[in-house]
Amino acid sequence: MHYEPIIGLEVHVQLKTNTKIFCGCSTAFGAPPNSQVCPVCLGMPGVLPVLNERVIEFATRLALVTRSHINSFSLLARKNYFYPDLPKAYQISQFEQPFCEHGRLDIFLDGAKKTIGITRIHMEEDAGKSLHAESFVRKNETLIDLNRCGTPLLEIVSEPDFRSAREAYEYLVELRQIVVYLGICDGIMEEGSLRCDANVSIRPVNETRFGTKTELKNMNSFHAVEKAIDFEIRRQEMLIEHHGRVEQQTLLWDASRNIAVPMRSKEYSHDYRYFPDPDLVPITITREFIEKIAQNLPELPEAKRQRFQSEFNLSDYDAGVLTATPELAAYFEAVTALVKNKKNAAYWTMGHVLRALKEHDVSISTIPVTPTFLAEILHLLEEGTINASSAKIVFDDCLKTGRRPRAIVQEKGLLQITEKSEIEAVVDKIIAENPNDVQDYFNGNDKVLGFLMGKVMRAMGGKAHPQTVNALLRSKLEKFRV
Amino acid sequence: MDITTLDFFQTQNIIKSRAVSCVEITQKYLTNIAAKKSLNSFISVFHDAALERAEQIDRKIDAGAAGKLAGCTLGIKDLLTLKGAPTTCGSRILANFRSPYNATAIEKLASHDAIFLGKTNMDEFAMGSSTESSCFGAVKNPHDLERVPGGSSGGSAAAVAGNLCTAALGSDTGGSIRQPASFCGIVGLKPTYGRVSRFGLVAYASSLDQIGPMSKSVHDAALLLSCIAGHDPLDSTSARLPVDDYLSFLDKDVHGVRIGLPKEYFAKGLDPEVEKPIREKAELLRKAGAEIVEVSLPHTEYAIAAYYIIAMAEASSNLARFDGARYGFRAANVKDIEEMYVKSRTQGFGEEVKRRIMLGTYALSSGYYDAYYRKAQKVRTLVKKDFEDALARVDCLLTPVAPTTAFKLNEKLADPLIMYLSDVYTVSLNLAGLPGISVPCGVDSKDLPVGLQLIGKPFAEGTIIQVADYIEKNSW
Repeated sequence: MHYEPIIGLEVHVQLKTNTKIFCGCSTAFGAPPNSQVCPVCLGMPGVLPVLNERVIEFATRLALVTRSHINSFSLLARKNYFYPDLPKAYQISQFEQPFCEHGRLDIFLDGAKKTIGITRIHMEEDAGKSLHAESFVRKNETLIDLNRCGTPLLEIVSEPDFRSAREAYEYLVELRQIVVYLGICDGIMEEGSLRCDANVSIRPVNETRFGTKTELKNMNSFHAVEKAIDFEIRRQEMLIEHHGRVEQQTLLWDASRNIAVPMRSKEYSHDYRYFPDPDLVPITITREFIEKIAQNLPELPEAKRQRFQSEFNLSDYDAGVLTATPELAAYFEAVTALVKNKKNAAYWTMGHVLRALKEHDVSISTIPVTPTFLAEILHLLEEGTINASSAKIVFDDCLKTGRRPRAIVQEKGLLQITEKSEIEAVVDKIIAENPNDVQDYFNGNDKVLGFLMGKVMRAMGGKAHPQTVNALLRSKLEKFRV
Repeated sequence: MDITTLDFFQTQNIIKSRAVSCVEITQKYLTNIAAKKSLNSFISVFHDAALERAEQIDRKIDAGAAGKLAGCTLGIKDLLTLKGAPTTCGSRILANFRSPYNATAIEKLASHDAIFLGKTNMDEFAMGSSTESSCFGAVKNPHDLERVPGGSSGGSAAAVAGNLCTAALGSDTGGSIRQPASFCGIVGLKPTYGRVSRFGLVAYASSLDQIGPMSKSVHDAALLLSCIAGHDPLDSTSARLPVDDYLSFLDKDVHGVRIGLPKEYFAKGLDPEVEKPIREKAELLRKAGAEIVEVSLPHTEYAIAAYYIIAMAEASSNLARFDGARYGFRAANVKDIEEMYVKSRTQGFGEEVKRRIMLGTYALSSGYYDAYYRKAQKVRTLVKKDFEDALARVDCLLTPVAPTTAFKLNEKLADPLIMYLSDVYTVSLNLAGLPGISVPCGVDSKDLPVGLQLIGKPFAEGTIIQVADYIEKNSW
């Protein structure tokens, strides 16, 4: 029997507000445990939450770009459950009347567009962290770090619109890029800025009713989400083939073993007893507020990709790479604004710049080869002042020292040698010194040309104009042909 | 003359005449507190801190820089936080808890140079109408030591009535300021919901709780309210409305004021000995030129049920944080986290608190939410509408505070339902968020105080202060 998987995702996005959602504590990552806390986020007796207005602003941005309906009146609710890293023993979230509903997001699979429905987006507070496994935690002990407690989150609940793990993966990549572009999330998976749970069920192809779904948790990367969903689809297929049914349950992904393990039923059979939080007033959103936010939305990845393709004549792939982050796109655009050859700007940004980011401890905003400097290198190259291999030397030097490319060319004496007579002398010398290779060439071994070319370039400190060297070598060799 | 029998209006005149210092006054009250330990009205007393503060304020008086509460000694209900001081809420689960911060109301009173004498006893987490459920034992009524002072702010009421402090702060969720004020023969004012910041008030039922003054005179209640009222950026539910000058409503006549008597509040269940002095005051007001009319609040009979469902539902969530994990009582010898929760809460909370948490949990459970919590909210809307309609016709309402005068200790403990019914005239205001004041209006045949309640329009505390002040000054 053939089965069709039905997948829905719940994504938690940590918002990069300076302060927490209901108090003035910092949200910075990596501070010493329990150093970013106050009576409010510690849930001390008598404290009250006050909603951070930036959270509403951020939620509105995401609501707009997902074309969601923003409720003019939405409620914050308490989700009640006991856990040591949840100091109030309830999480302030939204239940009835969430912030926005009925949105959608486009994803692209092998060039084909698919629209994924978004059921709702709501705001809530993050919990603290329980530390069990760390080296400094004694056996049978759990330590609590409440720094994260009260960090604002948006939960984005999708419709069950995915039909493969791959689609889910593409959606996550797209969503991550959007929230980063919107400036509402830093998108760093390792710091938990994005977290994803998946609901998975399968049904025979052509069946219209849904099968029993399971929930997958604890995936700490987008690839893990993809793997976990694929695992779960296969597991459910086997269960149906052998036992005829799937049990509704929650499973935890174990990345070290690449399997999903069911949680004990006790751990998820909660009745959360949601009710509107009486400590907070309903959130009211006016048309004017929405319009103000709409006017200040940045260009989104998809629009930027389209524009890069048409404006700079880039391929779909190149446009995708160059718009991966808003910072990289801004870097590239700054370079293109200064040079004529846009393709070359793309080539250098994608090649040398991205490699430098990977190999060195620099970011696109701190890289010493600024857009101005890269543009200068490209100018020197285009006007023939230096050749390509010198340009690479200049780039590497600039990356290390941050010096101006023109100054590096001067100091290293990298000016390209275009003088024909100067090159001719060296070519003659190399031919004379390598009679065996010349003979090979005449015997039909074309590779020798490249070998001799390399020798000439090396002899000239890599500065010779490559095309001139090539042309001279060919014509000189022909003269020797018997 | 014993200065501790005076209200603050009289006390401050004596202080201004320099006949007595704040240190002397504070010393006298501390002596009374020690002498009347049997009332059990204080849980903690700040003996040294209060004297030290009094000394500072005396110096401010010397310098002509004292605030308007200079020399006003206060008892603070033990569910308001005061930095560094115990905040027990009358519960074993917080018996050793000290708050790391000040309530907004406390900050404001301190800025006006009030002196805090200590924290007053109360029903555990404000859940009760008799102040018998405190883990520190029952409070006794100064008028009759065999009787309850009312509750839940019974410690504050007994302390004021027993001359252990000039005035006190209480909190009122369903009558917890007004009913003990009535039982103890003092003034108790519950402001409009949102008039006073709840920041630092340990929540019982967040949508109903308000902090308010309890005092020997309407003047003192008006003065204290003017000091604690106003918007607080730390409380989203506090109103962004200007605060009236409540003292300007004192010493006025009541000519032309329209006062409604809700017929449902003068029906079966009301003790005739309570009804008599209230009717007499209505007559007094009529003779003074007020217009007395009968009004109707048709949904009154459903208010108690709706009130208890909403209050318990909110309480079940509000009290969940007392789990033994971070502060407060933690049970010993537990084998895992679940047992820690269960044993800490089982041993830390008293019977009444556990009853309300369980009932509230039930009311919010999936499958029961619509039948209980949601329906109670609908009733709340109807009760609110009743008041809107009635108060469209009149300026304020005049009602009993409680069906009886102070009852005997242990009399109602056995049957929670009978205890709950003693809140019948007070809870509706909390559901509607309206201001109410309890003012003494006479005594019954046993010489026990009877109070009457005035209910105002939202944020119109001035009107009920005006009428209450008239009654107070034209009664004896």
